Amino acid sequence: MNRHPKLGSVDRGRVVRFVFDGREYTGHPGDTLASALLANGVRRVGTSVTHGRPRGIFAAGAEEPNAVVQIEEPFPEPMVPATMVELYDGLVASGLAGRGRLADRPDPARYDGMYAHCEVLVVGGGPAGLAAAEEAARSGVRVILADERTPAAPPGVRLLPRTTVIGYYDDNYLIAVERRSEAGTARERLWRIRAGHVVLATGAHERSIAFAGNDLPGVMLAGAARTYLTRYGVLPGRRAVVFTTNDSAYLAAEDLARAGVEIAAIVDVRPTPAPTDIEVISGNFVTEARGDGEVSSVLVGSRELEADLLLVSGGWNPVVHLFGQSGGTLRYDDDLAALVPGESPQAVTVAGAARGVFGHADCVQDGIRAARAALGQTAPEPPPTSRQHACWLVPATDYTRHFVDLQRDVTVADIHRATGAGLRSVEHVKRYTTAGTAHDQGKTSGLLTTAVMARTLGVSPADLGSTTFRAPYTPVSFAALAGRDRGDLHDPVRVTALHDWHAAHGALFENVGQWKRPWYYPGDGEDMDTAVLRECRAAREGVAAMDASTLGKIDIRGPDAAEFLDRLYTNLMSTLKVGSIRYGVLCRLDGMVFDDGTAIRLAEDHYLVTTTTGNAAAVLDWMEEWLQTEWPDLRVHCTSVTEQWATVALVGPGSRAVLAELAPDLAVDSASFPFMTWREADVAGIPARICRISFSGELAYEINVSWWYGLALWEAVMSRDVTPYGTETMHVLRAEKGYPIIGQDTDGTVTPHDLGLSWLVSKKKADFLGKRSFTRQDTARSDRKRLVGLLPATRLREGSALLADGRMVGHVTSSYLSAALGRPFALALVAGEHTTLTTLDGTPAEVTSPVFYDPEGRRRDG
Amino acid sequence: MLLIPCPWCGPRDEAEFHYGGQAHVAYPADPAALSDEEWGRYLFFRDNPAGPFAERWSHSAGCRRWFNVVRDTSTNRIVPQEANR
Amino acid sequence: MAERRSPLSGLDVELPGVTVTEVPYLTQLNVRTATPLTPPNTTRRDGDVTTVWLGPDEYLLIGPGEIATPGVDVSAHRTTIRLTGPRARDLLAHGCALDLHPSVFPPGRCAQTLFARTPIILIATEDGYLILVRSSFARHLADWLLDAGSEGTVRYGRKPFASPKGHDF
Repeated sequence: MNRHPKLGSVDRGRVVRFVFDGREYTGHPGDTLASALLANGVRRVGTSVTHGRPRGIFAAGAEEPNAVVQIEEPFPEPMVPATMVELYDGLVASGLAGRGRLADRPDPARYDGMYAHCEVLVVGGGPAGLAAAEEAARSGVRVILADERTPAAPPGVRLLPRTTVIGYYDDNYLIAVERRSEAGTARERLWRIRAGHVVLATGAHERSIAFAGNDLPGVMLAGAARTYLTRYGVLPGRRAVVFTTNDSAYLAAEDLARAGVEIAAIVDVRPTPAPTDIEVISGNFVTEARGDGEVSSVLVGSRELEADLLLVSGGWNPVVHLFGQSGGTLRYDDDLAALVPGESPQAVTVAGAARGVFGHADCVQDGIRAARAALGQTAPEPPPTSRQHACWLVPATDYTRHFVDLQRDVTVADIHRATGAGLRSVEHVKRYTTAGTAHDQGKTSGLLTTAVMARTLGVSPADLGSTTFRAPYTPVSFAALAGRDRGDLHDPVRVTALHDWHAAHGALFENVGQWKRPWYYPGDGEDMDTAVLRECRAAREGVAAMDASTLGKIDIRGPDAAEFLDRLYTNLMSTLKVGSIRYGVLCRLDGMVFDDGTAIRLAEDHYLVTTTTGNAAAVLDWMEEWLQTEWPDLRVHCTSVTEQWATVALVGPGSRAVLAELAPDLAVDSASFPFMTWREADVAGIPARICRISFSGELAYEINVSWWYGLALWEAVMSRDVTPYGTETMHVLRAEKGYPIIGQDTDGTVTPHDLGLSWLVSKKKADFLGKRSFTRQDTARSDRKRLVGLLPATRLREGSALLADGRMVGHVTSSYLSAALGRPFALALVAGEHTTLTTLDGTPAEVTSPVFYDPEGRRRDG
Repeated sequence: MLLIPCPWCGPRDEAEFHYGGQAHVAYPADPAALSDEEWGRYLFFRDNPAGPFAERWSHSAGCRRWFNVVRDTSTNRIVPQEANR
Repeated sequence: MAERRSPLSGLDVELPGVTVTEVPYLTQLNVRTATPLTPPNTTRRDGDVTTVWLGPDEYLLIGPGEIATPGVDVSAHRTTIRLTGPRARDLLAHGCALDLHPSVFPPGRCAQTLFARTPIILIATEDGYLILVRSSFARHLADWLLDAGSEGTVRYGRKPFASPKGHDF
């Protein structure tokens, strides 16, 4: 075990067992998979994606490009950096060759989501972030601090621990993922945070240097090695060479030396090294890391130093990802030799290393400054940003093993090939080489790519700019994004007051918008066709009933209600008598049918209109839009009453007798209660509005009662000899009559004239919505597709293309078997005059009128 | 997720709103008097600036009121405008 | 008269820190008037009738008995869920994007908004919250609330989406 006896904060009193690549190991609570692997001497963790080269652990945090593993147990999860996996008992993982594997079983874990609001959100719990959070909380405002680990929160600060902020969106809306592991809680929680002001204290990522063999296991960022030692007590090697451009790696070298790692030498590219007791080779480069599968020696010019660990520090890049996502500009700072935040359109302040302030005391001061700026208080002068020595690349003749992007296997030679091909934009080189497009999104490689490119082109990185930073900062699972909205909760489900009855009586359900509607009610041993034919026969020959509660209902009141409807519908609604009902069609301004339904006139100034099930909200929005924005002078109010009423359609030649039994006080004969009128009466002892309308061509009634009494009404109807039917039967019955369904027989390119509904388009009205478009050149064409009927040899598939002389002239919109006709039939939208058409598979179909059944309309009076 | 200032309910998440496109495109007083081209222009043509854009929103999941804002399409900065039209 | 049934009849569940109860059969009237009945985004109580602001000229009057005001009867259009207990606000924060901190949304405040993608009217009361939800959405909303409040162990209308082994980590 490469574990220091004292250092680190893992819980040494307890042992955690895990399996990696089939071998069992142990670690401690507080370890990551990466630290536990290093502690067990595991150096090779994966294989590179393109070249199949061995790869080890390179970093200690979210920027890890190399050690990306597959979690096998407790649940398969692909492409997880070993540095971000908290070790737990029973973890089984394996190394990857650049590609993971999705789970082949349902994820048993639960996921949660929460909204949060605060005046100040601090991202990052390092010295600057902690100081900013503490300072902001002092003024009593709500402060949230999000950190990837679990720092001690200052008083008055709401800490989101083990939380990575992954997205920064408009108006200070940020998304964060919290990793949780407490038993009985959700595995991950997605936070949606709206903040008054954001302080980004996201720190800096150490960067690498491009030299030969810089991808070998055993090459590690110097700061990462120091983290493994101080946080986990892990010695990542026995004898190390340190290759640096800056002082920070000296601290790593000295800490490691004190802990017992032999430091062969510090190779400092700068001519003047920092003071240290360790041997320094200054003004020099590591020219190659050598070894068979892992580092065994390091070449410095002509000198070969024996070492199993090569620590690299090319300096530090401020983590500007979230700032970039906020819409902030980024600027290459020559002194810092890194990208630094510029201006953002949002209320955000950057503090500490995230803007290039590297000293601890300076970071604390900068955090306090940022908090005060966030609160609009007088803020102290910002501490100065640091200077860094720029060194990106060790010159060589062969650049094919100088890796820039370890995860994508992109080398300096690849960048040379891109610039050699004439590419000059960082965005183009990114796409050409794929550098920065991997799972880690170039956290350690992005600026290195730009700098190598700049060096090749003989310009400054400042001249090239940067690629765009986009969310997510780290990968996020779809399950976390879905949260609780999965399985049966994945989308709102709307049910009627009769739903339980339908379910208890074996109905299969059809989704219509968000509604669950009974589709058909199969009896014992019945398949769908048999059940639907039986239901159709009941409606045509006896009496049947359907739950029609899902139709949208809008209450329209006011002195100008009639005028309002005249402007909206294609036909006249103002001439409708109180007590009567009229069918109507709504068009968009382009003249295309948008919805249909009935208007019931309840009083001179009062209508109730129905909409199709899926369009209720859209129709109400449409009405409100015109009322509020174009016709504010009309004295009309619209109120949705869809769920105020439960509606039962009672259909068939026997429906009048059933209604008469249920409503003894209602005169049901045709003269007293004619077609397209409504009456109020008690039905089954329940106050009801009964409408004599028909969507089947049969004698029919729609009985409306309070939603609360819907089930009682339905049960009363079902206690008679009435067959329940579902949406499939409804579709067949209406198609036999040639009644179109908006959204099935229409698709937004169909006018009322195309549907054969010219009789519904008023010629008297000066204007109504869509009228002007009927005379547009395209709309007035005589060869437009029109609704026709088809009598095919065999049942057609809805959507099938229809051919005439080998040319497509239309398609099937509705297709069913008809009990009444004893054969298959269909509706179609077809251009031109034809007697027969064929489908692509050669099925012939006779073209007919769309009205197949009772064209004289005798049956609706029973 | 934009935070859109409903003039009645205050700032709310974009998810509560319907977008209504360019503002101040009035329905023609007499559509019948327009040529096909003029009517087509009213129906189908809208501005698409990179910068300030007067547009309509409806607080459909809230008070159902329509209102106008000026949104800078390059920064998403919103400046509230009058409640109607 | 026949038996009536409310959309969430029997819903009365005690979860850790929050109780979820249906308040069925309230009278609800949608009233349109240019005369302000209560300031925007607030509710007003007169005896047992609560006036809820819905829009600049639109109000919802709610009460246990008859309300003698002209308006559109929407009593059955929505049902009412009462949330009480110390964790009521926390439970709402799982699915509601509004800032419900008492400094922003104190008792007497109301909003039409979304919870779990379902349109609701939310009212802050002295002892918790009232959620008015359209009757067709009521079960989805109740199930979502109970799922969030119980980590998936309690449902009103449907079986929970459970794992074969149910292991959680």
